[in-house]
Amino acid sequence: MSIVTAIGHGPGQGAPAAAPRRRARGGAYLLLAPGLAYLGLFFVVPVFALLVTSLYVPVPGGEVGSFQPAFEWANYVRALETYWPQLVRSFAYAAIATVAALAIGYPIAYVIAVRARGRPFLQAMLLVLVVAPFFTSFILRTVAWKQILADEGFVVAGLRALSVLPPDGRLTATGFAVVCGLTYNFLPFMTLPIYANLERLDPRLVEAGADLYASGPTTFRRVTLPLSMPGVVSGTLLTFIPASGDFVNAVLLGNSTTTMIGQVIDSRFFKVSDYPTAAALSFVLMVAILALVAAYIRRAGTEELL
Amino acid sequence: MAAHGASTGTGPEAVAREDRVAPASPAEHSRSRRSGQPGRAAASGGDLVLERVTKTFGDFVAVDDLSLSVPAGSFFALLGPSGCGKTTTLRMVAGLERATSGRILLGGSDITATRAHQRPVNTVFQSYALFPHLDVLENVAFGLRRTKAPDAVPRARAALELVEMAHMADRRPSQLSGGQQQRVALARAVVNNPAVLLLDEPLGALDLKLRRQMQSELKRIQNEVGQTFVHVTHDQEEAMTMADTVAVMNAGRIEQQGPPEELYELPRTAFVANFLGRSNLLAGSVAEESGDALGVDVAGRRLWLPRDRAVTTSGPVLVGVRPEKVHIFFADEGVPDDSNVVGPGRVTDVAFTGVSTQYDVEVPGLGTLGVFAQNVFGGRPIREGDEVMLGWAVRHTFGLDGHEDARSGAQVEDDA
Repeated sequence: MSIVTAIGHGPGQGAPAAAPRRRARGGAYLLLAPGLAYLGLFFVVPVFALLVTSLYVPVPGGEVGSFQPAFEWANYVRALETYWPQLVRSFAYAAIATVAALAIGYPIAYVIAVRARGRPFLQAMLLVLVVAPFFTSFILRTVAWKQILADEGFVVAGLRALSVLPPDGRLTATGFAVVCGLTYNFLPFMTLPIYANLERLDPRLVEAGADLYASGPTTFRRVTLPLSMPGVVSGTLLTFIPASGDFVNAVLLGNSTTTMIGQVIDSRFFKVSDYPTAAALSFVLMVAILALVAAYIRRAGTEELL
Repeated sequence: MAAHGASTGTGPEAVAREDRVAPASPAEHSRSRRSGQPGRAAASGGDLVLERVTKTFGDFVAVDDLSLSVPAGSFFALLGPSGCGKTTTLRMVAGLERATSGRILLGGSDITATRAHQRPVNTVFQSYALFPHLDVLENVAFGLRRTKAPDAVPRARAALELVEMAHMADRRPSQLSGGQQQRVALARAVVNNPAVLLLDEPLGALDLKLRRQMQSELKRIQNEVGQTFVHVTHDQEEAMTMADTVAVMNAGRIEQQGPPEELYELPRTAFVANFLGRSNLLAGSVAEESGDALGVDVAGRRLWLPRDRAVTTSGPVLVGVRPEKVHIFFADEGVPDDSNVVGPGRVTDVAFTGVSTQYDVEVPGLGTLGVFAQNVFGGRPIREGDEVMLGWAVRHTFGLDGHEDARSGAQVEDDA
């Protein structure tokens, strides 16, 4: 965008810049090495181990939890046949929570970035409030939601008084509670990327919109929103991906009818020691998320913005 | 409400929709040029009038009780150093800033309270403010789409044609150079056929050569579209080259307003005399009146000043003359009658610039006077340290209020 960079420098700059850049490239790889090593050791290797485990078969006549290497692709078929409802529910809950977090998080980000522009203290305070929940533990926060939505809590009492809930209606141990927990817990992951994006938005573009006959809402729709799409895309991904694999919220706020795929994987691994099924489900979850995200990014048409 | 006097009862947006005409086909351009009309002023709404407008930011008075009238179809320049309030004035006309007090009228109707998007006014921003997510064509069509103009795309193309950017229609702004972005920003404003087109130092970011080229471009485009252009700049040469009328602003007020030649030849304040070009200002007081002239005592010398070129006719005055009006000569050479003569003085600096030579001459009791001499005659060369006389025609002399600071406005230009 900078005019100075656009016209200020002639073709002369290319030659002297080339040599140091080549030297810098070697250095860049050197700097990348620790990160690459870390990724290789703690991501690539485990993923491969997971894939191998997912194809194991039980040792014939062996005790529970003993498996031997095989290429048992039927593990995947069985896992999907048995647990597809939990998989679908996970994505449904995650999707609803993501939409809810967007609906709550975008206005928060907008107020902090745009409305509070030029008041750094207020901006900092509001940002601290957004991040503040991270200061307490994830489990504790989720348990707190259990209290908020409890039968004897004010929310249920209020909703019963307003006849939104029947007299014996409850919120704990429902899908609603799980979605509430997911929305709440991942809200900062939605808010912060959108904030970062709106913060960089040139206010003069909004003025240009007003100058070109666009009312406030129109300027928002035609200028602010399209330009904040990269933030919205990152925010939705950062919310949707962990939410669909989450099991804490479903464990603490749900019941047996709200089981999410994370819970299944957890119990397959640690309760019944069915490693191949757990590994197969983990792999399915990973691939499904990858496919959904790829489709989403293509749909959002923001490849060039990411 | 409506900016165009004739259409009462409709909102400005509706007005905008009705009579915004594309800058149109080349045929139309040549037609309007041939007939010698000063553009299609009728389509461009009426005069822009600011009545006693004040704008304060906290304790700071950015614009101070400013009144201004811009005739429809004219090229008007607001000239002043940074921080003089010229951009704030422009933003108030655009509706991006609200006046603290005073009224803004466009074609006779009061637009003071209307919002930016309701005003038939468009701005070429200093930073261009092109929408990075839209291509060039959609940037230009943005305003037309908002007013739901049926022929947005052809008109946007015609406007790009006008600024010679049609071949870049599907580029993104980030792919353009500064000068190209500047043209697109201009097209984006011009295409809406606004009653007033505001230019906020649009050439400020361009290098000198491109700037000179864009100056004549802008002038041509203004001629072709016939819209009212209000141009804000701190570059006095730019203002004088382009504008029909220049208003010199200083500290939130208008110092003087008029055609460039008039401002230059007959400045009425020390600020204008120094900011617009250079001036020699000598402090004195009126000692006698003789017919059309005033005799002024300046450090014991009698200088003459035409009465109709003096701001005050009594008491302390500043006697002024432009450096290029001053002749430099040796004491043994003669001067024409009707001249003011000072000296002898000593040449302290000689700067040869090719077309002219600039001398600084230290005259005891008066200070240093500047002289610009065309390199026309051979004559005796004048060197640093030479003792010389200075003289200029009485009719080139102007008189300012002696209570003013003679250095007001000097060198401000360099800082801006």
